[in-house]
Amino acid sequence: MRILRDDEAGRMTPGQEAAAVVEAVLADLPRNRGVVVDSPPGAGKSTLVVRAAAHIAETGEPLMIVAQTNEQVDDLVNRLATDHPDLTVGRLSASGYVTPSRILAHPNVSVAGKLPDLGDPAVVIATADKWAWIGDRTWPWAIVDEAYQMRSDKLLRIASLFERSLFVGDPGQLDPFSIVDGDRWAGLSWDPVQSAVSVLLRHNPDLPVHRLPVSWRLPASAAPVVSEAFYPFTGFRAGTEHGERGLELTVNGMRTSYDRALEEAAASGWALYELPSRHTVRTDAEAVQAVAVLAVRLLQRAPVAHSERGSHRVGADRIAIGAAHRDQVAAIRAAGVPEEITVDTANRLQGREYDVTIVLHPLSGRRDATAFHLESGRLCVLTSRHRHACVVVARAGIPELLDAHPSAEPVQLGVPVKFPDGWEANQAVLAHLAKHRITAH
Amino acid sequence: MSALTALARLRAIRDGVAQPITTVRHCHVAPQPMVFVPLALSGEAAAPLAAMIGTDPGHPRLLVVPQPRNRDLRFAFTAELAEVVLPYVEGFRKDTETVERRGGEPYERCLEAPQILVPNRQGAAFVGLLGRSTRFRRIDGPYPVHPSVPLLGRWLTYFADRSQQPGSCLLMAATEALGLHWATGQSGLEDANLATLVSWIDPPAGMTGAQAALEAEDPLLWPPAGPVTDPGFDNEVLAPAVHAYEEAPTEHSVERIAQALRTQLDPTWRLMWRAVELLRALPEGTRVRERWETDRGSFTRFTERLAEGGPPQARRDGAVGAAARLAGLERARASYDVQRAYDDPLVMAEYRLTGEAFAGTVTAADPEHTEGEGRSRKLRPLVTVTTADPVRQAPGTVVGSPDRRGHAAEIVEISGDEGVEAVEVVLKIVKGMGRGKSPTPGSVPEIGERVTYTSLTDDFQSSAALPDPELTPWTHGGPPQEYVPSDEDAQEEWS
Amino acid sequence: MNGRLDRLRGPVPSRPHDARAIAALAANPGCARRALLDAAGVDKDRTARHLGFPAPFGQSQFAITRGNSFETVVKENGCAELLRLLRELLKLPVAEVGYQDVESVGAHLRHSHTRALVDRAAREDGPAVFYDHPLLSLRIAGHVCYLEPDVVAFQVEGRFHIVEIKSFSVIDGQAEPRKVAAAARQAAVYVLALRALLADLGHAEERVSHEVVLVCPENFANQPTAALVDVRRQLAVLRRQLTRLTRVDTLLDGLPEGLTFDLAPGQDGVPTRPAGEVAEALSRVPARYAPDCLSTCDMCMFCRDEARESGATDLLGRQVRDELGGVSSVAEALGLAEGTLEPAEGQEEIARLLRLAERLREECLR
Repeated sequence: MRILRDDEAGRMTPGQEAAAVVEAVLADLPRNRGVVVDSPPGAGKSTLVVRAAAHIAETGEPLMIVAQTNEQVDDLVNRLATDHPDLTVGRLSASGYVTPSRILAHPNVSVAGKLPDLGDPAVVIATADKWAWIGDRTWPWAIVDEAYQMRSDKLLRIASLFERSLFVGDPGQLDPFSIVDGDRWAGLSWDPVQSAVSVLLRHNPDLPVHRLPVSWRLPASAAPVVSEAFYPFTGFRAGTEHGERGLELTVNGMRTSYDRALEEAAASGWALYELPSRHTVRTDAEAVQAVAVLAVRLLQRAPVAHSERGSHRVGADRIAIGAAHRDQVAAIRAAGVPEEITVDTANRLQGREYDVTIVLHPLSGRRDATAFHLESGRLCVLTSRHRHACVVVARAGIPELLDAHPSAEPVQLGVPVKFPDGWEANQAVLAHLAKHRITAH
Repeated sequence: MSALTALARLRAIRDGVAQPITTVRHCHVAPQPMVFVPLALSGEAAAPLAAMIGTDPGHPRLLVVPQPRNRDLRFAFTAELAEVVLPYVEGFRKDTETVERRGGEPYERCLEAPQILVPNRQGAAFVGLLGRSTRFRRIDGPYPVHPSVPLLGRWLTYFADRSQQPGSCLLMAATEALGLHWATGQSGLEDANLATLVSWIDPPAGMTGAQAALEAEDPLLWPPAGPVTDPGFDNEVLAPAVHAYEEAPTEHSVERIAQALRTQLDPTWRLMWRAVELLRALPEGTRVRERWETDRGSFTRFTERLAEGGPPQARRDGAVGAAARLAGLERARASYDVQRAYDDPLVMAEYRLTGEAFAGTVTAADPEHTEGEGRSRKLRPLVTVTTADPVRQAPGTVVGSPDRRGHAAEIVEISGDEGVEAVEVVLKIVKGMGRGKSPTPGSVPEIGERVTYTSLTDDFQSSAALPDPELTPWTHGGPPQEYVPSDEDAQEEWS
Repeated sequence: MNGRLDRLRGPVPSRPHDARAIAALAANPGCARRALLDAAGVDKDRTARHLGFPAPFGQSQFAITRGNSFETVVKENGCAELLRLLRELLKLPVAEVGYQDVESVGAHLRHSHTRALVDRAAREDGPAVFYDHPLLSLRIAGHVCYLEPDVVAFQVEGRFHIVEIKSFSVIDGQAEPRKVAAAARQAAVYVLALRALLADLGHAEERVSHEVVLVCPENFANQPTAALVDVRRQLAVLRRQLTRLTRVDTLLDGLPEGLTFDLAPGQDGVPTRPAGEVAEALSRVPARYAPDCLSTCDMCMFCRDEARESGATDLLGRQVRDELGGVSSVAEALGLAEGTLEPAEGQEEIARLLRLAERLREECLR
């Protein structure tokens, strides 16, 4: 990794700093079998992938791109085909895949279930699952996107398809998991339930690891909070200054606690909408209701976002609601949230971006925290999807719950300790949110 | 844990007896299982101390190591254990059936397979450790052991590995098998104690489960089910007896140790057979047989592998082996969950509680309904189900039903407000109604019929092939060194 | 505050905190009863016995013998075997390491001796040394506690490592995760204590590595193997718990004046205070029983009995308790499920869920 001296980094604008990293990544590509790029939330991961893809395509050598979900593949195809209309892109798909219209619109994109049916495009993109069925050919280049969310057994199935590869992903998000117990493999360097990147680096510790230093998504109000809580050793900064982003509620409110929470969020980028302390079932009706009302109220206040890209009305499609469990998502949906607002679990919000997010805190109403609730990646995803503001809905009492949390996590030999610790991360986020508390009444 | 099981546990507290959480048995109980109750020496990883083993409740065989720190005595113990286990296991090899399969060669499968029952999860883990400590031994060279010892090691390793497979019944822990079917009025942690668990399920006359369980916690009345022994017993009974043996290794001193250990094993031995009876009394679920067939197939393949003279199982899984095993386990897990729900309305109720399944009555049906025109005209019967369950599935979801195999439907519309009135779900049958103009008789639910539908389906995509181990890519450490059992393995200390 | 705590304990010396006890502070921090008993230095084991609820924690002499013999193997000949392991594990360039047994001086001098040795090692560029049985101390709730010196500290080039010798096996690179965790928590106590000592002597804390050396028997033999265990997380938890202990005054606030857990031992040390009275006194401080206590707290059987008597859903475990939302009693939960109890405000949802569960069970078991 190229280390920038303080004074050197200090003189650079965020844009220059990020560009320097991208240059260093591209320069490292031909020199190494693998290059890893850590990308914190909104640090321009897709931009890097598209940039690197074009860079490789220029050499005339074929490139394969691996993403984890169909949606991610389609997003990449769309970006690549839009930014580089001269580049031929092939999209491999499994049976049952319906090509979305945003893909069909590109003349330079071909879609097929089998490799020969694609013609001979410069770039072929598919999910890791799909790639695992492709044999008989090797690509000189590959890009693996969301590599920290990819399980290493998936990489094992496709790694012989390429000679060298760029691995890009966000180490702070949710780790891959399995429905079965993986203790048997704990400590093995090729543990199949670890992420592709951890296994790759344990076998190839000398591969260069770069880090994108600037979040273009998170506003100046959020980047330091997220960086300190979830990336304690590898911080990043916001691409914009305080004041460069603004959220304006163009319709006056009625001084309800909902309105005040939204106003606090608009003014400061954060709000904690706090309900009275109580132990509840997971689908806490009051909390669910509060989330739904906040979403509806937000739309009624006709929010307008001002940013370095100009100003626009924040529509329902730019708002997301996040929760920990699927039943909570179903309950929030059923509580009357406008159809166009995204409501989803943290797992499925990974990699997505919105102007405003409303989050049901995973620990709200719980009496005891489990490892699931404390997983730092979950809270990281939920609190780092927004460009302007994030409203967290929670019952009072979470600090007490954290305080009473027993610490007896088992320790496996030979398994590197992961940071941040979920407890510490939760504590850090809560401490910040406490400054933006609006009590419900 | 779901609210359904939580409720059953609450009931158990109030009624003083464990409550059923299934309506059928979800594990296979062999006609002649082998019960194995091992004890280990405290503070050691896998130093066997004693075992009670056998297939006849009335005639257990007691094996004892009079001085567990003595390596030769340990190997004598394992050789003796092999004398009991190997004939039992190998006895199932002889009778086989020929299984035809679509698109493949027919193969042979043993008609029956062995089943080993241990008291608890630690017992199953001990089987694995014992396998690990014996499978690399050599029958010649510097520290020769009896030929049965390494073979036993490979079998024990096989059983322990297989027990991690969800739904497999070749090696089962009694506490887990019982816990699958009953909810007690104590916590899950306490359920790991076989004596208290059985006390809750089947308390002695005149006692509540809670009282019986409290009594069962007394190690003097109910010694721990192993492999760890009661420290009080170790200090006050076993240690003096072992000391006496060291002073004078006579038959008498061996007998003294054996008698002492028998007092620790006997109660658990009886509990084990009570557990077998309790399980046998439950009616067997439909798909238990299918899973046992899989077990029989796996057993047959392992006997073949042994016959071919392959090396003992490696110490740890290689990269490819680990990934393959993970895929197998995940598949088994998913399929086991679905099968149990399909076999058992009370297990399905867990999914109804969370809105992933619903049961109701058919209130309208249009069995001749079609979609499309001309040649693409397809039979798509419509059925309306009225249910009081919360339905949390979106239109477009494909659902299956435990009532009809190979049947699939798509949710078209959900109307009504849960909790206020009954919900109506309109379903379109998309699979399992035949290819004719009208549906195959019985394939479409009729008005008034009680039906259950769920998004949980046994419809899995097979995972893509893995590379050959010798082609392990650079990302995973490259091709592994081929495993050759070495003298070092064989001579590994076991002190 | 200390006066209050002393009164709670009664006129017996405060029970010293060993590393194991300090590590156990994090086992159930939400339990006010335990926090208070620990802060006051009450002998919980003795109290539980007197109450007629001894904890089921015995130790087999076979395990003790095994532990001792293993430790002997590791420490033989001035820790020769340990040196071999460390040379490999830490890639040490040194051929020889000195050996100092701090126990060789009288007990009263051991702490100052440890101090002097550590200070010299940190100050001079001396040779590598093993310090066996160093006597370290930690401030706990205002008291200085001396830690059982069953640990080895290793110093090379002014950097220290805590070496923890345990007799559970590492088999093919894996050990029981719960045992490793317990060892890591204990080692973290020593790391913190040694860091405190260095800081007190004016040296940098970071000289004590957060990676401790865990030495265990390998596979099925008595041969030792060593592994590095990163205890940063355990250190963070420990710091948190020690800070909490200084806040027990908030727990003391609500307690009746004159409350004491004194067992009033007679001349022969046998408690003379009626058990019922002690139990009554304890019941003034709420416990937070969970089945996990059964392996971590001397008071577990007493608290379990109390939970059972009061029909608390805590008996069934944290998960069930959480599943039941705010409902804390068995009777209440069943009443809601069976519809014999009207849900109180805020209980409507759990009541609906329990009633649905009840209906489904009835339907399936009919």
